[in-house]
Amino acid sequence: MAPITTLHYLVVAAALFVLGVIGVLTRRNVVIILMSIELILNAVNLNLVAFSRIWGLHGQIFAIFVITDAAAEAAVGLGILIAFFRNKETVNVDEIDLLKW
Amino acid sequence: MMPVATTFFFYFLAAVTVISGAGVILRKNAIHSALALIVALLGQAGLYLMLYAPFVAGVQIILYAGGIMVLFLFVIMLVNIEKAQKEEQFNKQWLVGLAAAVALGALFVLVYVKGRALFPDRAIQMPEQSNTQQVAVLLYGNYMFAFEIASLLLLVAIIGAVVMAKKRI
Amino acid sequence: MLDYITSYLKSDTTPGSAGNLFWAFVYIVLIFLGLSVAVIAMNWLERKILAHMQVRLGPMRVGPHGLLQPIADALKLLIKEDIMPAEADPFVFWVAPVLVVITAFTVFIVVPFGPTHAVTDMNIGVLFMLGVSSLSVLGVVMAGWASNSHYPLMGALRSSAQMVSYEIAMGLAVVSAVLMTSLNKEGTGTLSMIGIVQAQQAQQTWFIFKFFPLGLIAFFIFAVAMVAETNRAPFDLPEAESELTAGFHTEYSGFRWSLFFLAEYSAMIAVSSIAVTLWLGGWMRPFPNGLSGETWDLVFSLIPGLTFLLLAAITFYSTARMPRHPYFKVQTIGLGGFGAVLALIGVVLFIPPVRDRIQDIFWFIAKVAVFMYMYIWYRGTFPRYRFDQLMKVGWKVLLPIGLAVLILTAIAGVMF
Repeated sequence: MAPITTLHYLVVAAALFVLGVIGVLTRRNVVIILMSIELILNAVNLNLVAFSRIWGLHGQIFAIFVITDAAAEAAVGLGILIAFFRNKETVNVDEIDLLKW
Repeated sequence: MMPVATTFFFYFLAAVTVISGAGVILRKNAIHSALALIVALLGQAGLYLMLYAPFVAGVQIILYAGGIMVLFLFVIMLVNIEKAQKEEQFNKQWLVGLAAAVALGALFVLVYVKGRALFPDRAIQMPEQSNTQQVAVLLYGNYMFAFEIASLLLLVAIIGAVVMAKKRI
Repeated sequence: MLDYITSYLKSDTTPGSAGNLFWAFVYIVLIFLGLSVAVIAMNWLERKILAHMQVRLGPMRVGPHGLLQPIADALKLLIKEDIMPAEADPFVFWVAPVLVVITAFTVFIVVPFGPTHAVTDMNIGVLFMLGVSSLSVLGVVMAGWASNSHYPLMGALRSSAQMVSYEIAMGLAVVSAVLMTSLNKEGTGTLSMIGIVQAQQAQQTWFIFKFFPLGLIAFFIFAVAMVAETNRAPFDLPEAESELTAGFHTEYSGFRWSLFFLAEYSAMIAVSSIAVTLWLGGWMRPFPNGLSGETWDLVFSLIPGLTFLLLAAITFYSTARMPRHPYFKVQTIGLGGFGAVLALIGVVLFIPPVRDRIQDIFWFIAKVAVFMYMYIWYRGTFPRYRFDQLMKVGWKVLLPIGLAVLILTAIAGVMF
């Protein structure tokens, strides 16, 4: 089989990204949408680390910061979800429309 | 040191990661989705190890799989109502969303096929034995400012999450 | 093929670093067997030592002095009925104990029993151990949720909250120790487990005694946090029988419960190995510099054999004290045989080639055994923490002290 090149990793990252985008665009459960966002962030991380193999360690540093930010964003997003769930007992994204006219 | 059976492990880990990623978006039960995401994250940590990035792999396991996913599981257990599982899982615009994602995928394929020359494969020498030390030199050297900002961001996130999830402020 | 096997014997690195799969597999099998024996021994030791601390005798019937009790327990658990609650999620119910056991066993690939006696020497050794043991929290949460019942769910939530809180204190204590590894000429520390012990060798002091009392306080923080991390007394509210009817593993019976049990003892041994490697000098014998030289080396190298001979002597004494009644004939012979096996091991450990090779492993295991005894001692002595007291200790006491120790260690490292 062909040796594993950078392109192989980029294809895997692209697949994960597309799966994450499908999850965000088509699911109705807020928690699963948040998890699809984590998938997208992971795809980006894989890209960064794959390129860091060629261009130097800066990609890995960036990936570490992305992981840190993903943690912060997951915490805040889930906090918002809990606060909303307390008002309206649903996790359906289509029913989060309190500000609609 | 020559890595052993690189091809097999790459395809195995890539298959595990992508199939678990598909499991995240397809399962009805949110807990099963979270489990699939954990498997995807662990597969990704394996891919990082293959890319000679053991520190990022360690950080991924500790923070992502061991921290963020615990948070997700807690919240799923708090908001998991049986009604949500019996409802329709995909929203009304699922066809448009799918078409958009497929278009995105086609764009990726186009870029990767047309621009093969943009992704050279000259791997630099990155000895695994000193990866942490080199990451530390860069992190506390060039990227010190970003490091401090990240810690400030985490502080803001902690306070924000606590305030938002409190019953009475 | 044969020189693939024998070529490793001349190298001076771990099998993983040398890329030798065969020897890595051999080490893994040895660690697996050793861990199983250790868990069985821990089961017996815990019941006997707790009993003697509570002025009673413990199991005495099953074998001589209850030595076959763990085997009887294991058989009982294997043949018990496997119950799954009615509304439980079968997949998650099955996965939870498997995940906990896998994470408890995987950490042992970086545990250094000697300078080359580890399966592999990862660059991120300590980070790997902490990370993989933080995956066991997921198993606990899944176990509690999948049981579909109140007590397991509450137990799982409490247990996971406790484990996550004390992971932070553990991490800070570990960072203090790793900081001390960087106080050498080049100024670079290391996260690799073997590198940390070699740093203690180079700096000629166990890190527990370095920058007194900072190393001691960091060790103390880790010792308390590791007991809380493994859900053992006095932090065992989530799984104590009188409080929560066994917490997150209430609904598990038979073999599945024994998996949790196995994982708990393996996790105890794993975090004790971290503590021994980071603060107590890993595989180094006591007083490597104070009492150095050929004669002292010889004296210390005789201790493994002497330990086993002492155990054999105690066993023979107990054999002599067995009641002289026909009912006890088989037990007396069994105990005598056990004593003979111990004496044989002790004599084998006196042979010079074996004596030299066994040194590192023996001292490491001896130090971990001290920690195991401390675990049992805590269980027999301390009353249980209430859950809010537990969280208060984790966040409001250990975390600030850990931060202070870290900052002071850094300042001391720069100044001295």
